[in-house]
Amino acid sequence: MWFLNPGFYIKTLEEGIAFALLALGVYLTFRILDFADLTVEGSFPLGAAVVAKLIVAGYNPFLATIIAFIAGAIAGMITGIINTKLKIAGLLAGILTMTSLYSINLRIMGRSLIPLFRERKIFDAFEWLFGSNYVVLLTLILIVLIIKILLDYFLHTELGMALRATGDNPVMIETLGVNTDLIKILGLALANGLVALSGALMAQYYSSANAQMGMGMIVVGLASVIIGEVFVRTSKIPFATFGVILGSVIYRFAIAISLRLGFDATDLKIVTAALVILALGAPSLRKFMIQDEFAERLLEEGEYNA
Amino acid sequence: MLKMESVHKVFNYGKVNENHALNGIDLELKDGDFVTIIGSNGAGKSTVLNLVAGTYLPDYGKITINGIDVSNWPSHKRAPFVGRVFQDPLMGTAAEMTIEENLSLAYKRGQKRGLKLGISKNRRDEFRELLSWLDLGLEDRLDDQVKLLSGGQRQALTLLMATLGKPEILLLDEHTAALDPKTAEQIIELTRRIVEKNRLTVLMVTHNMKLALEMGNRTIMMDKGKIILDLQGKEREEMTINDLVRKFSEKSGQELTDDRVLLAKD
Ligand SMILES: Nc1ncnc2c1ncn2[C@@H]1O[C@H](COP(=O)(O)OP(=O)(O)OP(=O)(O)O)[C@@H](O)[C@H]1O
Ligand SMILES: [Mg+2]
Repeated sequence: MWFLNPGFYIKTLEEGIAFALLALGVYLTFRILDFADLTVEGSFPLGAAVVAKLIVAGYNPFLATIIAFIAGAIAGMITGIINTKLKIAGLLAGILTMTSLYSINLRIMGRSLIPLFRERKIFDAFEWLFGSNYVVLLTLILIVLIIKILLDYFLHTELGMALRATGDNPVMIETLGVNTDLIKILGLALANGLVALSGALMAQYYSSANAQMGMGMIVVGLASVIIGEVFVRTSKIPFATFGVILGSVIYRFAIAISLRLGFDATDLKIVTAALVILALGAPSLRKFMIQDEFAERLLEEGEYNA
Repeated sequence: MLKMESVHKVFNYGKVNENHALNGIDLELKDGDFVTIIGSNGAGKSTVLNLVAGTYLPDYGKITINGIDVSNWPSHKRAPFVGRVFQDPLMGTAAEMTIEENLSLAYKRGQKRGLKLGISKNRRDEFRELLSWLDLGLEDRLDDQVKLLSGGQRQALTLLMATLGKPEILLLDEHTAALDPKTAEQIIELTRRIVEKNRLTVLMVTHNMKLALEMGNRTIMMDKGKIILDLQGKEREEMTINDLVRKFSEKSGQELTDDRVLLAKD
């Protein structure tokens, strides 16, 4: 049975951890900056494309991964500039960058798929440290842990606090001397850097980069953030970011188990979307429910009074 | 210290709903002036403050602060000079962040923000002292999120934040209008104390005629984007609310029909 096989858990955990960086990126824009950023759908495969191209060209996979982060950050900056300087709505700005990235990613790759089976990957660089059995899992955990700690720290710096305030109350932080345009650009750069990093790790993990691999990533990220919030209910940053990582892992397990139970892989996207709709719509749905309940109670009380 | 010279502001220029919100404003404030601004709805009072703060830029005319031409400076660039409190208590603080974080944000008003930790233990005592000076019991709640505070508490915190980091001009736009009368009174009292303590130059919009005459040393009345009355010194001291209402009809050629003003006459 698949659920007795430790390999199932390790593989799913690995995926969850690698996708956690995507979720952290989405958390940064969606929750901290209050910006629904669709650039993600393009910056995720951008990270994969850049890393694959560079690795095949013989670059050190570590360096290639860092360059993928930078490429994602530039994509985020472009969305930020379109939004703040050209005053195009955030959602549309993201869509425009995402669409452009589709062409760019194909240009970078030169074809729609680059296999990496024979190439050196970032995991190979850690074998001296972790041995060869769990090197992939441990490398991913190490990278995500370092990034989580750096992100937690950053969000408590003067600049990071200005970023949080920009998402919370831009008018107020502007009156305190912060150029919110620049802060938004910075936040989008950081977030998409993380997303591209996630894509770069995924490409190395699956040993292939695929121009289509960004499809639905925004919803995956959102689902992870939301699931995380169910388990970790606090706005304290270190806990919240831990919740996001946890959410990503739980989401991967939900998906993996659904697949094993015979769900069709092609149906999982709509299941994920439904989950996000439910979670984000819950406050409104609850209001209807309370209204119904209240109406019922009034009716009952009416009967008693009569 | 603050000077506005023939300042004009037009909204929706060239469209059917073109609106000449400010129509040649000339105003000069000396250091330490406390000016109250009254006028009917849509007279342009908030627009004057928005132009001083840099929220909007003038379409014509010049604004100088301490002799520096700031006419085209965006609001974040004017932050070192200008602190601001809005009518809506939600506008002046970051709700999800703690009291201490909010104060720390204000503490760095107009300064470069880098990769140092935003909260420092050394400042904690200073903040606690400032908060206890407010006398609202907030000094023990530094780690509470601001969204847990009442409107009055939030407005008091905003006042504190608007005066942290040494701005010279304080802009108050009906900053007690959203509060219940008792809380409003407390905030007004706090305003007096904080202005005195920091020796600020103030522009305060109010619909309360009594307050407008009582507070500060100068009162201006606005109508249709113009200053129609500028009271100071003896003339102001002798002015009653009824005189003021009469003056308004005289100068603007219409009755003062603002409900809020009439209600606030007592
Ligand atoms: N952002 C804007 N876009 C278009 N028109 C505006 C804008 N801001 C203000 N106005 C218009 O400018 C005029 C002056 O508005 P302002 O808010 O300064 O009035 P006010 O004196 O503060 O009035 P109130 O007492 O109602 O607050 C009004 O006619 C208003 O509709
Ligand atoms: Mg107004």
